[in-house]
Order: sequence, then C-alpha cells, then structure tokens
Amino acid sequence: MSEDAYTRPVPEPSRDTRPYWDALNEGRLVIQECAGCKRLRHYPRPVCDVCYSMDVEWRQVSGRGSLHSWTVAHHPFHPGFKTELPYVLATVDLEEGVRMIAQLRGVAPDEVAVGLPVQVAFERATDQLTLPVFRKREGK
Amino acid sequence: MSLRDRGAITGVGETRYSRNSGRSVVALQMEASLAAIADAGLTPKDIDGIIAYAASGVVAEDFVTNFGIPDLRFSATTPMGGASSVAAVQCAVAVLSAGVCRHVLIPLGRNGFSESRIGSRVRQMPQFRTVAEFEMPIGNIAPAQLYAPMARRHMELYGSTSRQFGEIAVTTRRHAGLHGNAMMTKPITLEDHQQSRMIADPLRLLDCSLESDGAAAVVVTAAEHARDAKKRPVYVSGVGEGHPDSPSAITQRPDLTTLGTAKAAPRAFAMAGVTPADIDVAEIYDCFTYIVLCQLEDLGFCDKGEGGAFVEGGALGLGGRLPVNTHGGLLSQAHMAGLNHIVELVRQLRGEGGATQVPDAEVGLVTGYGDMGDGAVAIMRRG
Repeated sequence: MSEDAYTRPVPEPSRDTRPYWDALNEGRLVIQECAGCKRLRHYPRPVCDVCYSMDVEWRQVSGRGSLHSWTVAHHPFHPGFKTELPYVLATVDLEEGVRMIAQLRGVAPDEVAVGLPVQVAFERATDQLTLPVFRKREGK
Repeated sequence: MSLRDRGAITGVGETRYSRNSGRSVVALQMEASLAAIADAGLTPKDIDGIIAYAASGVVAEDFVTNFGIPDLRFSATTPMGGASSVAAVQCAVAVLSAGVCRHVLIPLGRNGFSESRIGSRVRQMPQFRTVAEFEMPIGNIAPAQLYAPMARRHMELYGSTSRQFGEIAVTTRRHAGLHGNAMMTKPITLEDHQQSRMIADPLRLLDCSLESDGAAAVVVTAAEHARDAKKRPVYVSGVGEGHPDSPSAITQRPDLTTLGTAKAAPRAFAMAGVTPADIDVAEIYDCFTYIVLCQLEDLGFCDKGEGGAFVEGGALGLGGRLPVNTHGGLLSQAHMAGLNHIVELVRQLRGEGGATQVPDAEVGLVTGYGDMGDGAVAIMRRG
C-alpha cells in the first residue's frame, strides 16, 4: 500500500530508533544492546540506565516469548482501526528478557491467557513500514 | 525542612460541567479562577503565582492579561497528565514555603467533550512520545487500551473481578446523583455495569471516565497568610509525587500492578504524621474504576491484591469504611483531570459537602494519576 492510502498512525523514527524500524522492514526483530555492559533494553533510547554508556549495538532476537498481559480492543479510538475490531493487543515477555507489545493474530479472544507462547511475525503496512505481530507458537 | 502545613487551600471554584459549554477554554478557566479567588477573599491582582495546565492550551500569560496581574512572581507547569493537579499542589506549597510568592492559582479546564476528545488529545503530549512511536501504530491508542493490561494482569495475579470494578462505578454514580454539579446522575446497578459494552477488555463503558467541558480552580496560600482567608483554610499536611519505573511506556514497567502512587504515598503520610486509618474521606483519581482499586492498595488502605475485596459491599460509599469520590469523580461528575477532586476534598473538610458531606471530616486524602503511571498524593486537614 502506498503511504497516501494508509490511514493509521505511522511512527516518526528518530536517530535513536531508526535501526529498529529499518530491521522490521527487512523482516528482522532487533533490540538495542548496550555496547558497554551488554544489557538489552527496549524501547530504543540513547543511554544505558545501568552503566550510562551511550554506545549502542543492535541484536537480532528470537521473537519467541510468552504473554504477560493483554487487552481486546472493541472501541475505535482511531478511525484507521475501525475495520479491524475487535483486535488483541498482546504484552509479551521475550525470551531475551525485554517486553514488547503487538497485535496477536489467529487466537480467539477467549483463548488468550497469561503465559501463552507466541512468536513474532511481520506484516508490511506500507512501502516504508513493517509492523510486528505475534502468532501463537506451537510446542515449546 | 518539611512542607507540612506550610500551605493551605484558601479558595476553590468550578464552572458547571457539561458536554457542550459553548464557551472558549480560556473563558471557562477564567470563570472558575474568579470563583476560586473570590472564595479565598482575594482579588485577582493578589495572585502572584500560577501553575497552569499547559495541555489545555491556557498558560500563565492568559491570566496576567485577563486579570491585569501587576507582578506575577512565579509560574510553572507540572505535566503529569491526571497527576498534574496534585503535583501542582506540591509545587505550590514548596515555592510558597520558600517565600517566592503568597498566593498560587492552579486552574484547569477544557472542552473535553465538544472540542478535543481523548483519542486525539494524548497524541499531542510529549510524555506520550514513546507510545506514539511504538504503540499507536499497532493500535494501542487511548488510555483505556494502554491501561487495560494493568487491570488484566491484576485480575490474573490476584483474582480481582469485573464485578468488583463495577462496585466502584455504582458507588461513584450514587454520589454524583446527590452532589448537584455532576454530568451523570442516573443511578446504575452492578448489572448495568456488567451489561455495558466492552471498550478495552476488561474495561467496560461504565469502567471509563467521562469526557467533559468545564473548568475548576484552586488557590493555594502560604500558611502565614492563610489565617486571613475568608473561610477556614484547609492545610496541606502531606504531599508527594511518584514516578513509576519506566514512565515512558506501561509495557516496559517491571510490575504492571503498581503505580507511582506507591512511591508518593509513604512520603505524604510520613510528612502529615498520619496513617490510612486516620483518613475520613478520600478523593481518588478515577480515570478508570481499576485505577481506584490499584491506588487503594498502593496507598496502603489494604495490601497488594486485596483491593477487590476492599471495595465490595459498598465500602466506598457514604457511611462505608472509606467514603471515596463524594462528588462523583471523573466517572460520573466530570473529567477535570482531578482538580475537581481537590475542590471536593476542600469542601468536605470545610463542611460544605452538602448532601454528600462525610460527617465531621477532619483529615482527607486526594490523589492524581496520569500518563504511564505517575502518581501524586496530598493529605489535607481542616484548619
């Protein structure tokens, strides 16, 4: 889809966050890693809150995680999402120890439960934007 | 040096609350402010400090211009969403006790129903920058959606239920019906709550606060000048603000079931020298029912996880264990970002509570909650 026809909010990446979005466009999920103490942190930001290093690396992560909490959106607070209702917003603990949020695909709202194993996938929204989604992960 | 009793609320004012004020936001805030200043027995030119609610688009300069204030000595903003109002009280008392100025005006108002609705409003706020970049594009747009996972996590960990959230909605509505200046006055039942449509599971329509037109204002006066006020001053005995770990996005908070309130409350209680058992009436920020339940725990009225049981059986009603939101709160009176909670607490401690007056209320508590978990707490006593 061209950007003109897309009606949902789009991110405006900064110098600090652009590598995250660029990687999504390549079908990869990357998380910031402190070059000093090797801690992962999310969302992207310029300083490590433990060692205060401003040197950053980006680590590709598994995209495997489990559900920490969730909501099911039934009301359109933005017109761009009206046709998608209801949708599940999944707060997920990634195996690597950081948390992220994305829509959960292919799971009925009454099947959603804390601990549900999930795997990240990628959906192209526009020529310039790919968004992460989660799908139920079978097995371990 | 403690801020205990160094400042007092000497004046409060409000407009009528509605869905269509037909007036500008500046005019609404001026009307409420003039009422608060008159209530304090002051003239507008006595105001020498202002903490404006910048998100409303109305700033200190508007008051200087409209009131002809000759010498404004202090201005600030405390941008913490719904915690702004109580945080502004802390800021006011701090500068008053330092002698910077004598009378700080805290105004707040908006056309929150007729002009700028919540779904579009938060996107403009810098505190939401991270959420705007990473969460709004996936459909996590409005506070109901942002906060619902906190409620769900609490339900999963502690077994709290939607019906317990409903208890809060029902009690608050009952108070609104008695109050005299509330938008929603028709009584509701627990069944009404359970049948109201889902907004962001587990939050139903009747778990959500109103969107409102109107304004409120309070005047905070240095203690040494409060004794001259027209009415009995209401002293700020303890006050504090608290920010959660990861205040930029709820998703990243280690414990979703605890708010910045948990950091602010011990400071405020210690400053005031009282405990939760001493509180006669509490006006607790209620953007959503669950947020009341969570704050009751974070404030120490009960242990973490026991908020659901605490609110059952009308405990928050008049005559109950802890009368809460005697004005109808954000759920049923109006959404004035909690400045209406401060106005109501002052009226309660003056004995001006009318049909929802808690008999002989001497010590009360008011909270604010905002953005991604900011909390603020003030404990007040009648002078």
